[in-house]
Amino acid sequence: MSRIQTAFLDLGLMDTLSGKDTPVHRLDPRAKLLTTLIFIITVVSFGKYEISAIIPFFIFPAVMMSLGELPFYYLFRKILIVIPFAFMIGIFNPLIDREILMRIGLFSISGGWISFCSIMVKFILTAGSVLVLIACTGFNSVCMALEKMGAPRIFAVQLLFLYRYIFVLIVEASRMANARALRSFDGKGKGMKVFGYLLGHLLLRTIDRAQRIYLAMLCRGFDGEIRVNRHLEAGMREVIFTVAWSAFFIAMRVYNIPLIAGSFITELIL
Amino acid sequence: MHMADALISPAVGGTMWAASAGLIAYCSKKVRDDVDDIKIPLMGVVGAFIFASQMINFTIPGTGSSGHLGGGMILAILLGPYAAFLTMASVLTVQALFFADGGLLALGCNIFNLGFFPCFIAYPFIYKKIAGEQPTQQRIMAGALAASILGLQMGAFGVVLETLFSGISELHFRTFVLLMQPIHLAIGIIEGLVTAAVVTFVWKARPEILEMAATAKPVRHLSLRNVIAGLLVFAAITGGALSWFASANPDGLEWAMFHVSGKEELESPEKGLHSMLGAIQEKTAFLPDYSFKNPEEKEGHAKTGEGEPAANSGEDGKWPTVSAGTSVSGLVGGALVLVLAAFIGFALKKRS
Amino acid sequence: MSHHIVEVKNLKYTYPDGTCALKDISFRITHGESVAVVGENGAGKSTLLLHLNGYLMSGNGIIRIGDYPLTKETVKEIRRTVGMVFQDPDDQLFMPTVYDDVAFGPLNLSLPPEEVDSRVENALFTVGALHLKSRPPYRLSGGEKRSVSIATVLAMSPDILVMDEPTSNLDPRARRKLIELLKTFKHTKIIATHDLDMVMDLCERTIVIHKGQVMSDGPTAEIFMNQELLAESHLEKPLRMQGCPVCGNK
Repeated sequence: MSRIQTAFLDLGLMDTLSGKDTPVHRLDPRAKLLTTLIFIITVVSFGKYEISAIIPFFIFPAVMMSLGELPFYYLFRKILIVIPFAFMIGIFNPLIDREILMRIGLFSISGGWISFCSIMVKFILTAGSVLVLIACTGFNSVCMALEKMGAPRIFAVQLLFLYRYIFVLIVEASRMANARALRSFDGKGKGMKVFGYLLGHLLLRTIDRAQRIYLAMLCRGFDGEIRVNRHLEAGMREVIFTVAWSAFFIAMRVYNIPLIAGSFITELIL
Repeated sequence: MHMADALISPAVGGTMWAASAGLIAYCSKKVRDDVDDIKIPLMGVVGAFIFASQMINFTIPGTGSSGHLGGGMILAILLGPYAAFLTMASVLTVQALFFADGGLLALGCNIFNLGFFPCFIAYPFIYKKIAGEQPTQQRIMAGALAASILGLQMGAFGVVLETLFSGISELHFRTFVLLMQPIHLAIGIIEGLVTAAVVTFVWKARPEILEMAATAKPVRHLSLRNVIAGLLVFAAITGGALSWFASANPDGLEWAMFHVSGKEELESPEKGLHSMLGAIQEKTAFLPDYSFKNPEEKEGHAKTGEGEPAANSGEDGKWPTVSAGTSVSGLVGGALVLVLAAFIGFALKKRS
Repeated sequence: MSHHIVEVKNLKYTYPDGTCALKDISFRITHGESVAVVGENGAGKSTLLLHLNGYLMSGNGIIRIGDYPLTKETVKEIRRTVGMVFQDPDDQLFMPTVYDDVAFGPLNLSLPPEEVDSRVENALFTVGALHLKSRPPYRLSGGEKRSVSIATVLAMSPDILVMDEPTSNLDPRARRKLIELLKTFKHTKIIATHDLDMVMDLCERTIVIHKGQVMSDGPTAEIFMNQELLAESHLEKPLRMQGCPVCGNK
């Protein structure tokens, strides 16, 4: 299947997931957005040789995924697709930083490998938490939350428009891409010149569409200001959710629980 | 070349967030003041176009690989810098949220790298200068190509600096620059050619569209100065905050100095600034950190910096310098918690 | 009461690129009438519709909606009076959810929130789409999109409905439902279309436009019987008026 159709299905699936009705989905989007942000900052604030202390942070996405009934493998695959950049940058660490930091029996592990693993763990956590956020909140609600939290309205509206028309334009673009594919042979017809025309046409159509949308807005009294009749309600649940998770993150940041637990167990055994 | 959360420190992420948020606020105001209301739907729909167009590939001659449209420059040419910046910011936001392409914290970096440079540097100072008031096809081609390449070079350099200041990657400045800039030169040439092709197509078919973008902001000259002034103020504030941190936390600075001297064999030219930022990072983190390993005490000693209070309980060895025993404990404990996390997830799933 | 009247006198319009779209159009539509505007592609139907709510304004000719002539001063009021349903619902439904979209117009009228709410509910109920309230527009079928588009306009409580190709891209069942729905409306209706069978169901009067001019204006039945007129403006008799090729009935 072509890339564009995959992207379309992907967006559609994320959108469907966000439409579920679970306790996590019902929470005010602001609480989830804020908590996710705190989560990411705490994770990223760990030192570069830290691995074990970060592990407890997997609890947050795990809990959100199960309460939100989100498909684990699907989200994990999505993370893997985007990992290459972090991998590419991170993989230099073992090459450059060869000092031995740790010995387990006969194996010695260099600082570079540890910091590389730390990058990968952080990547999975941060990328995962964002996907979880969107899958259990929905893009439109995140935009509303952004606006309520002080983002300029025009920017929020802009995001909403963008999201709304992605669905329309991807279908349009994939029709054009299919039409091109059906008449391209041996790689001919897929070069840059045809690509330029294709995009140029799509762009002109898009601009015409924007004009029609503008007209439709004018017809219904648009005066430069977009108004939305929607209230977000944050109650006790949201406060507890945000405070409890943040407290948990900070506690995990301060105390290396795995290390404490691990020493306890190894002491018992040895 | 989207930055990832895992590669940046909270200090760098936060700074770039603030910079990008400020620019978004500024551009929003600018676009609001623009009399042309049609820009509101136009920005959104053209943003969706950039998104959709990135899903269509073309074959790069002679290589067999494929390229796609980047976006920043074409947006600037079509919409003017302010609207283009907002649109690029929203394209990147959607990519970050839906495809985890560039994280939430790194979003500030990405918006700055891929939005600010093309819209506020490459467009006004390169594209406009080359394309001129009465553009011809050749001028548009040359302008779009040059501006795309340079915009992307600056963006790539931004990635390098942000990564280095974050101190997560071990890459040295020179290696990193030598790695990033040529790759992005290639990407930039391709993006420039595509941008040029699409822009000339639009210009031939409907020249009034490009004129609309060009004429929509007669005060641009003045505004650009404002943007630069704003950036200077921002830099001053950051600098002030930086020195405040340094003076308010003499230990931190001392600690950083200690490490600089301990790190002599690593000939990194950005050493001073790096450790300075390291000190900030340490203070902005919730606990003084011990991530900067010291070669001199790599074995045996379970302590890092002198000036650092041993906040944690006695045997909590600092990761980089711990003995094998504690490391094993860390591994065992880590595995344990991982199993626990999985179990919690599983149990909750069963229940719900 | 005269505010449901639409009157167009000697309307001319030339696009900035020099294309002459409307040469000389005049007609008068009175309260409660349902009028079809038909003609070949490029005859000027859409350009005409764009004039009726003041998106396009030309110095030549007069448009009168109800008591007011259409001018820059009255355009806001007129846009409230004339509800416009676009050909492509994707252009009309631009907000994140069906609710937001239907509420867009009423909110721009600065109505109080409760009033907005009840208008949205009523409009959606009328078109039978109340259950779609919280759905995003891209999750609707073609027929549902069309119904919601109509609801977005109804929520403004217009007196006059202007529709561009309302039956295009609908499956036969959705088309039939739409026709039944439109039949129940008491508004003055102006429908630009190629679907002549629908015209027979809905419109007692038809205006034929050809090359920017009114070719003919009269009762639908008469116009559709005039073979020559139809052929000249690239039209065909509606299917149900043609003889059945299978059973050979004339």
